[in-house]
Amino acid sequence: MIPELGQMSLIIALAISVMLGLIPLYGTFRGNSSYMAFARPASYAQWVFMAFSFGCLVYAFVTDDFSVRYVATTSNSALPLLFKVSAVWGAHEGSLLLWGFILSTWTLAVALFSRSIPAVMLSRVLSVLGLIAVGFFLFLLITSNPFDRIPMQADGRDLNPLLQDVGLAIHPPMLYMGYVGFSVAYAFAVAAMIGGKLDVAWARWARPWTNIAWVFLTIGIALGSWWAYYELGWGGWWFWDPVENASLMPWLVGTALMHSLVITEKRGMFKAWTVLLAVGAFSLSLLGTFLVRSGVLTSVHSFASDPERGLFILVFLLLVIGISLVLFSIRAPKFASNATFELVSRESGLLANNIILVVMACAVLLGTLFPLITDALAIGKISVGPPYFNFIMVPLGVVLAIVMGFGLLMRWKKDSFSRLWGIVWLPLIFALVAAIILPLVFAPEFSGLSLMGLLISSWIAFTALMWVIKQKRSPFKLSGTSWGALLGHIGLAVSFTGITLVSVYNVEKDVRLAPNESYELGGYQFTFLGVKDSQGPNYTAYRGTIDITRDKASVAVLNPEKRTYRIQTMPMTEAGIDAGIFRDLFVALGEPLGSNGAWSLRVQYKPFVRWVWLGAILMGLGGLFAAFDKRYRRLSKKAQTTSQKTSNKEVYA
Amino acid sequence: MKARQKRLVLVLIGVLGVAGASALIITALRGNLNYYLTPTKVMAGEVKKGELFRLGGMVREGSLKRDEGSLDVEFVLTDYTSDVTVHYSGILPDLFKEKQSAVTKGKLDASGRFVAEEVLAKHDPSYMPKEVKDSLNMENVEKANAARNAQIDGSKAAIQKPATQTKEATQ
Repeated sequence: MIPELGQMSLIIALAISVMLGLIPLYGTFRGNSSYMAFARPASYAQWVFMAFSFGCLVYAFVTDDFSVRYVATTSNSALPLLFKVSAVWGAHEGSLLLWGFILSTWTLAVALFSRSIPAVMLSRVLSVLGLIAVGFFLFLLITSNPFDRIPMQADGRDLNPLLQDVGLAIHPPMLYMGYVGFSVAYAFAVAAMIGGKLDVAWARWARPWTNIAWVFLTIGIALGSWWAYYELGWGGWWFWDPVENASLMPWLVGTALMHSLVITEKRGMFKAWTVLLAVGAFSLSLLGTFLVRSGVLTSVHSFASDPERGLFILVFLLLVIGISLVLFSIRAPKFASNATFELVSRESGLLANNIILVVMACAVLLGTLFPLITDALAIGKISVGPPYFNFIMVPLGVVLAIVMGFGLLMRWKKDSFSRLWGIVWLPLIFALVAAIILPLVFAPEFSGLSLMGLLISSWIAFTALMWVIKQKRSPFKLSGTSWGALLGHIGLAVSFTGITLVSVYNVEKDVRLAPNESYELGGYQFTFLGVKDSQGPNYTAYRGTIDITRDKASVAVLNPEKRTYRIQTMPMTEAGIDAGIFRDLFVALGEPLGSNGAWSLRVQYKPFVRWVWLGAILMGLGGLFAAFDKRYRRLSKKAQTTSQKTSNKEVYA
Repeated sequence: MKARQKRLVLVLIGVLGVAGASALIITALRGNLNYYLTPTKVMAGEVKKGELFRLGGMVREGSLKRDEGSLDVEFVLTDYTSDVTVHYSGILPDLFKEKQSAVTKGKLDASGRFVAEEVLAKHDPSYMPKEVKDSLNMENVEKANAARNAQIDGSKAAIQKPATQTKEATQ
């Protein structure tokens, strides 16, 4: 009964989204304000029905309704409650329902918090979001209905043990909030193109939304990386896997978009470029969904694939890109700007930032799709390995870092290198000192790579600090945007530091240890005390004990496990990690060897690995500060009074 | 600088940038492509010694051997036409099993033995990498499957395969 209600509710939401997509849009062309006024209540209603539908699926999981096929394949009665809830998005159908629910939530948020935007613009934005919803809800109902029934099963097939984890409970919703959030920037860009009024206003409205979507995506990617680190068992934190790339590409383009919106808003330039980036960020989000869901790639994120689903998303993707490009070409004359800038200026800096980020995204896209292309052309089955990505991303990252430091300190319109040198020498000296001193303090040996990495990281951080200090304001009076840029840049510096140091100084060894034997690594003594049997709620495990000492002083006792989950009879490695700000100690159990209780073990010393994710948290914070800058609220109040006066005129114009 | 000169400089920088980026990408691609080969192709001598490639297939039953004193293992990968013995030192992935698919990355050493640097296995028990599936000698697979399917309980087949989205650890 409840699942049927959920499905009904989904169908009603589809009907509402069709109306939301057509009626207000039609109203904006006819100048009919009652049609346009339909947009807001329709957005509310769409959210209510999607929330109810999603709630029904959660209910089916919590109450173990194994007559629903999706529940029967992804859940089990022995699963702890938290994982029953997170199992809702543990596989294809449910994660798409979550996608749809999040889309309706973003639509609701735009309807609620954009009261200052002229009615015409808002109606168009909500209509575009409605049309996107039509596509997704149709996709859900036609190819991946989560409410399909089967004869009642005695029990479910259980959630994949890898996914039974707190990190995974929050990683997909965060990531989807980011993916889908770019639909708002896309909707603003398309709405502005429909109206043909590509002034700075649309950029100002789109900025906070883009920032928030970017924050979610940043945190979502970091959570995924952290989860891979401790849950996949082997201590890697980035694999250049197609699915990871799928989330990185919209992040790179989204980052470019955030910065290009600044120029469009402040200087009225690069309008066409900004619109294209907005289209690009959302298209790459959709492409990501397509790549993950269609099964066209041999991803290490393995899943049972369905060509029909892939085709549907591909057609949808082509529509999204095609329609916006057609609009773009129609409106091309409107993008002209008569503002100018010198070669050495903030504009050039931001342009360089954009170009580098987009080249990075293209390189990742090429590396991800290359195996598909060669396979389709029958050239051979080829894979593109991590060295390809590192080869490109490292030098581009270095150039990006150099530009970041200068860009922030440059003036709009016109600047000169002689003035810049007068400022940057101080942060440059600080950065040099930091890059030379730091490795001396903790690093076992000198490495050119780490010198380079630390140099560019501290260059980013010190130039950002310099920029804030030069504003000569108390931290409490600093604008949200300034805080955003400061934290964003320092966050990236922190991540770069972590990436550099863990890549250069990581020590990793597979060893064979009998009970009471020990192995020394990174200055720590790992003593293996043996393995015992242990029981979990839905698994049995071998539980190892490793005592770690340094200079005879106890550091930690780790208990890595080798679990076997009862339902899927799938073995899984649960690593033992002693986390710290400056280093992680990591132990994973391999296999039992021989009869004397010996095991193969992987022991790792991972310096500064936490900084990779700490940086992402700082970047996320920065994005929040920027999104909630008072300026937007003040502007919106001002805009409210003027827009009420002008909106009627505009409608009938 | 006049406006026209400025534009020229900008265009030049742009062209240089694009050329640099393309050169970077092409170099990176050239050096880092790994061909996927089947045991049949390896046995036919399609690969040079010392060249890194990926080799996939099914792990032949009873072929997994461990060295007593070290972490060295060897096993046989087959596409049901030819067999290749894989030498590896280290920990095998959780889902590595005999009679299951696996993909390895490695080279032929001086004596022509295949030494793997990396062994990949999937993280969903019901999933098989597409490349492996495409490359198997299907007639022989069907024979093997028919024997196994006879034992599987019919009621389980009513439930669709789980569509789980998981990550696989590289190593």
